[in-house]
Amino acid sequence: MTDPHPASGALPLPPPGGRLVHVAATAPFNPHIEEALTETQKKVYLADQLTLMWWKFRRHRLALVSGLLLAALYAMILIAEFLAPYNYEQRHTGFIYRPPQAVHLFHEGRFLGPFTYATQYRLDMETMRRLYAEDTSRPVPLRFLCRGDSYRFWGLVKADIHLVCPGEGGTLFLLGTDRLGRDVLSRILIGARISLTIGLIGILVSFTLGIVIGGLAGYYGGLFDLLVQRAIEIVQSLPHIPIWLALASIMPPHWSPLLVYFAITLILGLMDWTGLARSVRSKLLSLREEDYVVAAQLMGAGTGRIVFRHLVPGFMSHLIASATITIPSMILGETALSFLGLGLRPPITSWGVMLNEAQNINVVALYPWLILPVVPVILVILAFNFLGDGLRDAADPYH
Amino acid sequence: MLRYLFRRVLIMIPTLFVTSVLIFTVMKLPPSDYFETYVAEMQAQGEKADLGRVEFLRTEYGLDQPVHVQYFRWITGFFKGDFGYSFEYDLPVRDVVGERLGLTVLVSFCTIILTWVIAFPIGIYSATHQYSWGDYGLSFLGLLGIAIPHFLLALVTMYFANVWFGISIGGLMEPQYFNQPMSWEKFKSILAHLWIPVLIIGAGGTGAMIRKIRANLLDELRKQYVVTAKAKGLPPRRVLMKYPFRMSLNFFVSHIGDILPTIVSGAELTAVVLSLQTTGPLLIRALQSQDMFLAGSFLMFLALLTVIGVLISDVALTLLDPRIRLQGQATK
Repeated sequence: MTDPHPASGALPLPPPGGRLVHVAATAPFNPHIEEALTETQKKVYLADQLTLMWWKFRRHRLALVSGLLLAALYAMILIAEFLAPYNYEQRHTGFIYRPPQAVHLFHEGRFLGPFTYATQYRLDMETMRRLYAEDTSRPVPLRFLCRGDSYRFWGLVKADIHLVCPGEGGTLFLLGTDRLGRDVLSRILIGARISLTIGLIGILVSFTLGIVIGGLAGYYGGLFDLLVQRAIEIVQSLPHIPIWLALASIMPPHWSPLLVYFAITLILGLMDWTGLARSVRSKLLSLREEDYVVAAQLMGAGTGRIVFRHLVPGFMSHLIASATITIPSMILGETALSFLGLGLRPPITSWGVMLNEAQNINVVALYPWLILPVVPVILVILAFNFLGDGLRDAADPYH
Repeated sequence: MLRYLFRRVLIMIPTLFVTSVLIFTVMKLPPSDYFETYVAEMQAQGEKADLGRVEFLRTEYGLDQPVHVQYFRWITGFFKGDFGYSFEYDLPVRDVVGERLGLTVLVSFCTIILTWVIAFPIGIYSATHQYSWGDYGLSFLGLLGIAIPHFLLALVTMYFANVWFGISIGGLMEPQYFNQPMSWEKFKSILAHLWIPVLIIGAGGTGAMIRKIRANLLDELRKQYVVTAKAKGLPPRRVLMKYPFRMSLNFFVSHIGDILPTIVSGAELTAVVLSLQTTGPLLIRALQSQDMFLAGSFLMFLALLTVIGVLISDVALTLLDPRIRLQGQATK
């Protein structure tokens, strides 16, 4: 009886009564064969932290959508001038307090493409109100990728290309105009640049302060910790809005709007770091007792290295999540300051500056479209909150 | 415990000292003072300012002396019950704050009660029905309360309150009752006006509170002792209320101290928009016109309340949760 491949799996059974063939496998023996992972399993079990976090984050639909929305908004502020139909400072003196205008597609049952109707203007001599009406006999088609108001792109390059402009002789005030006849939509788009970045820069300031101060306090403990805790208590004992006010009123009036902008982010950040420092401190208080810290100490690592290389990365994701949730308070802080007239000053515009002009009860009654900047404010704050929620859940992928 | 309290109170002294120096510095930082602005304004209006009186007030309140002497005068005044003089109102600070303080406490107190009454049931419901439609809807409402700037909500509410209910715009009572002794009519007028500010100021606080209660309760509900309790057959209400809810209150107690200062200062911006006769607008006006004693003394008062509030929080926390040690020493 000869078998050319004795070790190859199923051997024919010997005839009844015959001897079983002795077989020894020639392939090398692998004792871990049962523990080996398939490709799909490998993907899950050996995924690194970031991948796990991403998977967890992806499941939080609302957070994902919010993240995309915010990404789109931040991308938008890069080309805000191009997207805005008008230059945000352009005054249209013939169209003061013009209500929002609709874009139509059909004129007298005929498809015309997007167009607006020309405006008829009348002054009500009794109430002295400006009355606008659509002249439905004169459709004015919109133009796309067209030349319109000139602007300085990023304040540097002169250009006049817009994504969309009104047709010749027509207007395109999708969200109406303000008391100087400036297009509200264009101002919202340009104002986004300030309103959206102010939170980011502010959080950068408070983040740096919070991590460094809180980190050292939590690690060293003792006297330094005591001092820092008192400092935090002091800063927190000062009511925010009055201190913002007091600091904002110190700013010399001759400062350029840009300098004022940075000063305000600094003010917002300086008042905000305490919460972060506290959470860093309490985390470190428990983490510094871990064995790997002792190991690092025994190997002669310095404090800075232990804190910032070994300890802080351990809960960085939590910090980022909590920072995301505090950005909205900074955006609201800016609107609050601007609302009181102590924030940014024209010609710089932000959502807060625009709302400042809407603080009159008459506006609510007569020109309600001037409150529209509040819509992006609400959207952004909601989005940051959802994003922060998602990040917080994802920060701890094993939970 | 007593020793701890004693130590904490001792520590409050340097804290308050530094705070007072900070506040004083901030008050002194603007390059001009109230009188310079005042004289300039008068001149701009073509009127002559009474320079003699300005000079008299300056000397009277030591504004011509070196800064540290001014600081010393201001701070020692506190111990004698003298909080300085408001130049704008031409009255001692104590009298200016007068009735406003009472009204502020009333508004804040109602707001806080409203916040709790709404936030606790909703927070508990959201946590126990996580990811249900009710949870999503209520959480969204709460978030909306946080996201809308209060001053704007105030404006819009004020408008509709006037259109629909005919309530006079702004204020906490009909104007003629302010600074009048309490009467039945005045009381009714206050009640009719009170609900708007309470609702508006409460909106944001309620939203934030719901989120915190939900998050904290969820953390507790995930723990194993809850599973054990359920496995042993405890009725659902007890499984919720006996331990998880109590533990999730820790955060609440640790923030209870923050309430003290907010009761007195109120929501400044909303108050400005609604022109409430509370302390918030007073403080903001004082800061804008550099009425330094009024602003400074009030800020100092708030700081004192905060420090006391933190102490109350810490003590309450130990009473609630015996695991928290007060004398915890750093091991390093």
